[in-house]
Amino acid sequence: MRLLMNRLFLMFSTLAALVGLFFLGWILYTLCAKGLAGLSLHVFTHDLIEGGLRNVIVGQIMMSAVATLIGIPVGIMAGIYLQEYGGNSKLTEFIRDLSDVMMSAPSIVVGTFVYAIVVIPTGHTSGWAGVLALFILMVPIIVRTTDDMLKLVPVELREAGIAIGASKYHVTMNIVIRYAKAGILTGVLLAFARVVGETAPLLYTSGSSEFWSTDLTDTFPSLTVSIYNLATMPDEEMVQLGWTGAFLLTAMVLVVNLIGRYASNEKRR
Amino acid sequence: MNNMMEVQNLSFTYNGAPAPSLKGISLPVEKNKVTALIGPSGCGKSTLLRGMNRIHDLYPGHVYEGAIQLLNSDGETYTDILSLNKEAEMIKLRQRVGMIFQKPTPFPMTILENIAYGLKLSGVKKRTDVEEIVEKSLRDAALWNEVKDRLNDDARGLSGGQQQRLCIARAIALKPEVILFDEPTSALDPISTLAIEEMISVLRETYSICIVTHNMQQAARISDYTGFMYLGEMIEFDKTDTIFMKPSVKQTEDYISGRFG
Repeated sequence: MRLLMNRLFLMFSTLAALVGLFFLGWILYTLCAKGLAGLSLHVFTHDLIEGGLRNVIVGQIMMSAVATLIGIPVGIMAGIYLQEYGGNSKLTEFIRDLSDVMMSAPSIVVGTFVYAIVVIPTGHTSGWAGVLALFILMVPIIVRTTDDMLKLVPVELREAGIAIGASKYHVTMNIVIRYAKAGILTGVLLAFARVVGETAPLLYTSGSSEFWSTDLTDTFPSLTVSIYNLATMPDEEMVQLGWTGAFLLTAMVLVVNLIGRYASNEKRR
Repeated sequence: MNNMMEVQNLSFTYNGAPAPSLKGISLPVEKNKVTALIGPSGCGKSTLLRGMNRIHDLYPGHVYEGAIQLLNSDGETYTDILSLNKEAEMIKLRQRVGMIFQKPTPFPMTILENIAYGLKLSGVKKRTDVEEIVEKSLRDAALWNEVKDRLNDDARGLSGGQQQRLCIARAIALKPEVILFDEPTSALDPISTLAIEEMISVLRETYSICIVTHNMQQAARISDYTGFMYLGEMIEFDKTDTIFMKPSVKQTEDYISGRFG
């Protein structure tokens, strides 16, 4: 009887795993099959208006990169505050809980919020509005990873720094951060990977554009929003371009994730 | 006077604790001598040691009473280190009173940078000066021959014993007057322990040393004076030979002979 239960359980869990893998494989297969069909150099050298994806890919990366550049100092400094200076005060706990809540906030809500505070007052969608939405999404991730990574730094290391006559500032900047560097970097990369594939927060903040643009004050080209738009087009060629975009986006997110994992493995060694 | 430091009637209460962890401790740390603190776990010996460079103050809210006098550079007057409160004064204090911890604590830097870091903070900027002091400190810590060809490797690649000697080199690079050792060999194997003990007996010629140890044989081997602590009180303090041969307090005798603790 016990042997039978054991077998049954093993069978069911294997089955469950296979179901999950099956759908994942199906998605990747469809993406590759439909996406690769439209992949050509033309996609990378021409803008959306000419049937390419150059401007939207650059736009997507640019918005995510700018959001990351602003998000890194803000997120890391907040993480340092929580772990090194906040102590066990109520404020620290509040910020920590708030970050956790923000991390799981639906991205469409963040998009709507930015729409209300930026897009409506300025009267039009803009790259900066998109950047702000992505920034709001990624900061809590960076805050919490930094916080967690700094927590792993042995307290003896901080005391040793103090004991050779370093100030708290020096200990934090030169010893603690350095010790946790790889982990923090992983957090930043994962946060980047998370926002680079977001559609909802950009849908009505940056909008998307068919033309080349590096001017963040105006409606800005976005790959994810374009995929959404292209997929609903009646034109067969447009839909094909949407598939290609989806494939490229997946590849991009995958690569960033892999780099993030590689970096965190390096740390453990 | 011949005392480098003098703890006078020190009481110490941890933040929020209902009772003090140290009760009226008095203890001299004689110049160029090794003073050992022994006693069972929780007796307060580490707490006392960590008060002597005020590393406790890294965490707020602890309460000191009494005084800890440190000999000034004039060799005559003393300063009560409990009266210091500016960060600059504390940094100066820790440069004068170095500390070695139980677990080796190499910084996440190269071997060279580990030692140069404290020097740079203390104002030694010239590269030739830094290199000279680094080499001398590593020689004094009996580590130079093992690491001279890989000064630019990550210090965390060294063995535990080597890391601990690196920490000692790092501390003596600052030319402190007192070095506090907080169970420096309890995480090390017997051979590394022996190396550290031998080093301490050499370091004594230059520095005044206070060491906390769990190991009574170690205290007997390397120290000139020994203090036996129990439940936050200094039960007996005397020459090491006296403490181990004919202690005057019954409790000390019981502990030394292994009847409790």
